[in-house]
Amino acid sequence: MSESEDPYENLTITTGAVVEPNTSRVNKTGSWRQFKPVINVDACIACGQCDTYCPDQAAKPVEGEDYYGFDLDYCKGCGICEEVCPTDAIDMIREEK
Amino acid sequence: MSSDLQDQDFTDELEHDEELWNPGHRACAGCGPALAMKYITEAAGENTIISQPTGCMEVVSTPYPESSWGTSYIHNIFENGASVASGIEAAYKAFDRRDPDHLDVQDSDDLNIIAVGGDGATADIGIRALSGMMERGHDVLYIMYDNEAYMNTGVQRSSQTPFGASTTTSPAGDESIGNDTNKKDMTSIAADHGVEYVATASISNPHDFKQKVEKALEIDGPKFLHVYSPCPVGWSYESSKTVELAELAVETGLFPVFEMEDGEITSVNKISDRKPVREWLEKQGRFKHLFDGEEPSEEAIEELQTWIDERAEDLGLDA
Ligand SMILES: Cc1ncc(C[n+]2csc(CCOP(=O)(O)OP(=O)(O)O)c2C)c(N)n1
Ligand code: SF4
Ligand code: SF4
Ligand SMILES: [Mg+2]
Repeated sequence: MSESEDPYENLTITTGAVVEPNTSRVNKTGSWRQFKPVINVDACIACGQCDTYCPDQAAKPVEGEDYYGFDLDYCKGCGICEEVCPTDAIDMIREEK
Repeated sequence: MSSDLQDQDFTDELEHDEELWNPGHRACAGCGPALAMKYITEAAGENTIISQPTGCMEVVSTPYPESSWGTSYIHNIFENGASVASGIEAAYKAFDRRDPDHLDVQDSDDLNIIAVGGDGATADIGIRALSGMMERGHDVLYIMYDNEAYMNTGVQRSSQTPFGASTTTSPAGDESIGNDTNKKDMTSIAADHGVEYVATASISNPHDFKQKVEKALEIDGPKFLHVYSPCPVGWSYESSKTVELAELAVETGLFPVFEMEDGEITSVNKISDRKPVREWLEKQGRFKHLFDGEEPSEEAIEELQTWIDERAEDLGLDA
C-alpha cells in the first residue's frame, strides 16, 4: 500500500493549494456500502478479474492464500466484481450494520 | 450461515500494490471514468504529470487537502487541460536546454505529460486549447474520457451524447426524442491536425487501453486517445453493469475501437455478428422513452442504427 499521511493534521491552506499524493486514503468510502461482496473461497480461481475492474482498488489477493478478498474500508458495494467474476465466486449480500 | 458471510472480512490481510490511483476517491459506486484513471496510471507509471480540467474525475480525486493521485497532478480550469499540459511541456523543454541535469528522471523523454479531460472539457469547451496543443506539436498525450455528458454538473448534453439520450438539456418529451445529434468524431479531428497517433479504447478492455497508452507515450509529439467510460448516474443503470455496458457499446458498433497512424486507420477491432443498438439502449434509463412503442421512438432508434451502420461500413468494422 502506498504511504500516505493524514492531510488534515496541522491543516493550513498552502499557496496554490498544493497537497501531498495518495492522501485520499483517509476517506473511508466503505461507509457508503449497502451491499457487500463476499467470496466463496473454494470457487475463486484467483484470476484477478475483480481486482482489474474494481474502480476502488478494493478487490485484492488475500496474503498467503489462493483467493481474493475485499477491502471493506473502501469497497462501495457497486457489484462490478460479482458481474465480472468468471466462476460466480462472488455474491453481493445486503450488509447488516 | 448468512451471519458467517456477514462477518467475512479480509480487509487487513490483503496484498496491495503501489497504487497511483488511490481509493478514498469520491467517484460514485461503479464509476467508469474512475476505472479509466486507474488504467492510465497503471500504464504511465509514476514519472507522470497529469493535467486535468474540471469535471467529475478532478472533483472526486482532489477535494482539498486530499489527492487520490500518486503521480504529479495539476488541476486547471474547465477549458484549459491542453493549454496547461502544453505549458508544462514547453517549460520542461526550456529547462532541459538550459540545464540538462535538472530533472530527477534521465531526460525529458522519460517524463510523461498527459492531459486527461472529460468529453465536455475536451470535445466542447476545451477544443480550442486542444486544437492549439495538437497544431503546435507539443509532446503531450491527451486522453478524453467519454461518459457522454457533463456529469459533474448534473447530466447536460455534450457533443459526445448519443442520439436519442435524454439529458437535462435534451429532455425527452412529447415534442422531443431526446438529444438530436450524433457523437462528434474526435478521432478524425485529431488526425486532421496531423497527430501521428490517434486511437479509441474502452474500459471494458483494460489490456488494450493500457497498451495504447504505452504506445502513445513512446511517440514524440501530440497523441490523442478517446476512452469510453460509462456513468451509472448519468445513464441511469445499476452500478454493477458498467463493464457490460462498455462492452455492449463496442459490440453494437456504437463505439468502434481502432487506431490511426499518420492519418490512416491502421487497426480495427473487428466485430463478428454486430448486435443491434437496441440491446444496448434498452439497458439504460436515459433511453427509456424510446421503448414506448410510438412511431417517433422507433424512427429514432432506426436513425441511430443507420448512423452506426454507416460508420461501421466506413471503418470496415464488421468481421
Ligand atoms: C468555464 C466553466 N463553465 C462551466 C463550469 C461548470 N462545470 C464544471 S464540471 C462541468 C462538466 C464537465 O463535463 P465533462 O468534461 O464531460 O466531465 P464529467 O463531469 O462528465 O466527468 C461543468 C459544466 C466550469 N467549471 N467552468
Ligand atoms: S463491490 Fe465494487 S467496490 Fe466493492 S470490491 Fe466489488 S468492484 Fe470493488
Ligand atoms: S457522476 Fe458518473 S462520471 Fe461522475 S463520479 Fe459519478 S459515476 Fe463517475
Ligand atoms: Mg462527461
